Amino acid sequence: MREAWAPLAVLAAFAAAPLIGYSGAYETTLMARAMILGMAAVALAFLVGGAGLVSLGHAACLGVGAYAVAILDAHGVTEAAVVLPAAIGAAALFALATGAVAIRTSGVHFIMITLAFGQMAFFTASSLAAYGGDDGYTLYGRTEVAGTRLLEDRLAFHYLCLAALTLTWASCAMLLASRFGRVLRAARENAQRVEAVGLAPYPFRLIAYAIAGAVGGLAGFLLANATEFVSPATLSWQRSGELLFMVILGGAGRLWGGILGALVFVMLETWLAQQTPHWKLVFGPMLVLAVLFLRGGLAGLVARRG
Amino acid sequence: MADPLLRLEDLRKHYGGLAVTDGVTLEVRPGEIHAVIGPNGAGKTTLIHEVSGLVAPDAGRILLAGRDITRLSAPARVRAGLARTFQITSVVPGFTALENVALAVQARTGSSFRFFRPAAAEPATNAAAMAALAEIGLADRAAIPAGALSHGEKRALELAIALATRPRLLLLDEPLAGAGPEETERLIALLARLRPAYTILLVEHDMQAVFALADRVSVLVYGRVIATGTVGEIRGNPEVRAAYLGEEEA
Repeated sequence: MREAWAPLAVLAAFAAAPLIGYSGAYETTLMARAMILGMAAVALAFLVGGAGLVSLGHAACLGVGAYAVAILDAHGVTEAAVVLPAAIGAAALFALATGAVAIRTSGVHFIMITLAFGQMAFFTASSLAAYGGDDGYTLYGRTEVAGTRLLEDRLAFHYLCLAALTLTWASCAMLLASRFGRVLRAARENAQRVEAVGLAPYPFRLIAYAIAGAVGGLAGFLLANATEFVSPATLSWQRSGELLFMVILGGAGRLWGGILGALVFVMLETWLAQQTPHWKLVFGPMLVLAVLFLRGGLAGLVARRG
Repeated sequence: MADPLLRLEDLRKHYGGLAVTDGVTLEVRPGEIHAVIGPNGAGKTTLIHEVSGLVAPDAGRILLAGRDITRLSAPARVRAGLARTFQITSVVPGFTALENVALAVQARTGSSFRFFRPAAAEPATNAAAMAALAEIGLADRAAIPAGALSHGEKRALELAIALATRPRLLLLDEPLAGAGPEETERLIALLARLRPAYTILLVEHDMQAVFALADRVSVLVYGRVIATGTVGEIRGNPEVRAAYLGEEEA
């Protein structure tokens, strides 16, 4: 792998940042957001670039994970050993159930059905009056690890996010290189060919969808803890669109494009918002230009230079 | 006479009022190359689709070595020993030639639900894929992305993929379609080389190829088999000449 240095360099930069002075609350919050969204984007890149499943409902998995944290919190359950598996499991089950239907379709139909499921999750979250409804739910504190308040520690949380991101990236890369991933990649390019060697793509795609959902649940767990707040906005279709955009900006053909896309997206969004209250007027056209002129995305650009 | 490897029994398929397959009964004997010829719109491709499971017949039965496969899905038929190629070449363009064949090998050998080890590093899978490429004369093109191969090479690659599934019966849907004169000769020579090892049901437009390769020929006209016989018998059959061969010459 000639370009393996590039994703490692990005991960190393996250690892080094707190050691070279970027350890304040502002910087770490920003980086946590980039890493968490990056994790979700890597899982989405796995779906889009690996399996050819362009989901416009990926934020719903994030939301299911985040709401698992909130709901358990409301019932006094704050132990990570319970909360984390619940968040991941709930998101994976959500993806499995909705994917079972959505994966029977393809192309634009798949996009619309994943969007529809995402909106269903959004309105369900909005109607959960016991957990804040439209207003969202403020966590009393972060999830506890074996009874300790480890996640309240800024650096511990930073490196936990980094570990989760690294694990996500490495796992997705491993999956794509495996026999399982070979079937996914082949079916993305030519499903007829896969059937003609005796394999039905459906179960492979469904498992991939559930895996991406599980990663979304993990990201949702971290997001809820990072912001100590959960609201329906976590599952909005705009968030799904942003994730998809991060994947395209970073380069859908490469998993680590998701990390890069999320990082650039979060930084740009933050910086522009500081410059002008009308920052979205600038941000929107920049995104359009990036899609038009960055074929292969930022990761593709790096790979060609490297 | 040996039992037929493939037997189609009174197969029927209608699209609206149009009978595309109109009571086709046909047998492919083990070891033979059986060609299906017929004018455009005779229903040849639909027939191949019905046999391979892409189109469900309205009525009739399909038996592979005595086993009823009429209701099996297309992938299940491949696992039962029925491999096919497509009229429009179907490969994975982004995969190398070797990985295209390796996909077929992994489908045959063990589960594809393996998530941890890199598939490209399986020596046994790669060796089997390489052997299939060598059988077809593509060994030196193994590392080339399939999308970058020439038309004739893609045709050969598709054949190698089909062979790698270790089929009992090969279905070839117009393997010479779109090939130039030189490529056609090469592909005919290739198919002739496969003859001793495989049973083949061949749909083909190119009469020269059919008469060179086929042991027996069935003539399909408007969804019906109007004659089946050896190349000599078919050539001499007045009904066939009227319905098809004469038309070609005109």
